[in-house]
Amino acid sequence: MKPLSQSTIAHLREIADAPDFSGTRYSIIREIARGGMGVIYEAEDRELQRAVALKVLANEVSDANAAARMRAEAQTIARLEHPGIVPVHDAGALPDGRVYYAMKLVRGTRLDEYARSNRGRTDLLRLFIRLCEAVAFAHAHGVIHRDLKPENVMIGSFGEVLLMDWGVARSSTDASEPGLIIGTRGFMSPEQERGEAVIDARADVFALGRTLELLVDKTDRRITAIIRKATNADREQRYRDAGELRDDVTRYLDGRPVSAHRENVLEKAARWMSRNQALVTIVLAYILMRVIVFLWVNR
Amino acid sequence: MPVSTFPTTRRSVVLALRSDDAEERSRAFDTLVAIYWKPLYKCARVAWSRSREDCEDLTQSFFATALEKDALASYDAAKASFRTFLRLLFERHVLNQVKAAQRIKRGGGATQLAFDEAEGEMQSEAGASLSPEEYFQREWVRSVFALAVQRVREQVPERLFALFEAYDLSDDRTVSYRALAARFGVPETTVTNQLASVRRQFRRIVLDTLREATASEEEFRAEARALLGVDA
Repeated sequence: MKPLSQSTIAHLREIADAPDFSGTRYSIIREIARGGMGVIYEAEDRELQRAVALKVLANEVSDANAAARMRAEAQTIARLEHPGIVPVHDAGALPDGRVYYAMKLVRGTRLDEYARSNRGRTDLLRLFIRLCEAVAFAHAHGVIHRDLKPENVMIGSFGEVLLMDWGVARSSTDASEPGLIIGTRGFMSPEQERGEAVIDARADVFALGRTLELLVDKTDRRITAIIRKATNADREQRYRDAGELRDDVTRYLDGRPVSAHRENVLEKAARWMSRNQALVTIVLAYILMRVIVFLWVNR
Repeated sequence: MPVSTFPTTRRSVVLALRSDDAEERSRAFDTLVAIYWKPLYKCARVAWSRSREDCEDLTQSFFATALEKDALASYDAAKASFRTFLRLLFERHVLNQVKAAQRIKRGGGATQLAFDEAEGEMQSEAGASLSPEEYFQREWVRSVFALAVQRVREQVPERLFALFEAYDLSDDRTVSYRALAARFGVPETTVTNQLASVRRQFRRIVLDTLREATASEEEFRAEARALLGVDA
């Protein structure tokens, strides 16, 4: 047999790595992303004639444990039917043995890129609230994401917020292997960094706090207080779940008092005036007019 | 829904080097020689610019000494990958041989290696601009794939291998399934299905070969990424 040339080796690399979709309803279009556990492809579902995203277990992790984890990931996402969580359409094993699942193909911009494109503060806070709603929904169903970060959040073409990559999500009742560090540095909570076995919703609250910190400038003491509370090193001092954090950010956006910050009289007055700008303007205009009339009469 | 057919995990021959069973140790050694001799030989020839005669002696003597002294069994997975360990061991062997200015012709029980084949392969390859590590890695990839192709040839029917050879092992990437169907006298769908089947076999054999040549799951993953040229 003649020796393998470099071009043949490049081709063999491709066929050894490419998932085998023969006999399935999917045709691969391109590779979108590659993570530690799986590779995500854009594919066509020939039965329904639509584009989907397929997550396939990577070659290098195709053992039984990894396959079980991937199935669990698909089942976790499938249980979480929420507009902010990418729906799973199908799951199974390919003829080559690799586990895969098909989900909605999200076309949009990652939150970190979206935030860099000079978006307004109110717009970003509204997106953040929608992100909190998706996480709160997961928390209400006993699921902890454990790897929240702006890179895992997509903003769709119609402004929809979708939380992605549930690969390390766990049920809040399951303990991790002690010492196993799961998450992304800069976003993972101190208890995750310590490799603690029990990680609860407050770990996601910490990551949300870190995300919020990247979305807004910290000139306002109330938003700073919200971030400080969400990212407190002591989890007992944080919001109990994403729902509580969402409520506080919503109150902030509505100009109402937030639970994370005790206001003094001046701050209360400033916030009241900011919230009632139209009324304040009318009153000030009226006072100014009265002053002018008074000065005119007594000139 | 297709049924999951996970490849059976092959026993690591790196670990089998420490087996109490002499026959198992010997089989493990032969497997590792099959994967690594060409990359080592070619690395010495091209990256270190040594003569063919020198390199033949160095490669033969390296494996003969390793077998005699059970040197490969000293591999510690915590320190480096087996591939790196073997390359460094070979480098040390070369230095020692040069220092001693010895030229040991070994015969008899030494592993017989096809040096002419390796020389023939090197005629068509350019590699002088690569560092010894890069060159060794490139040749290791070639060696693993060549061994996998050889195993595929042994395991699949001749007709299927001929199809695989005509399409996937050919440098001509313009060959179409339709042309192959005409050449082999089968419908195009048969070409598609049979190629998919051989490729599935090829992929399983590549991963099995890699599992054999690594000592731990972590090393397997790192080597799989290096072999398949992917960044996780």
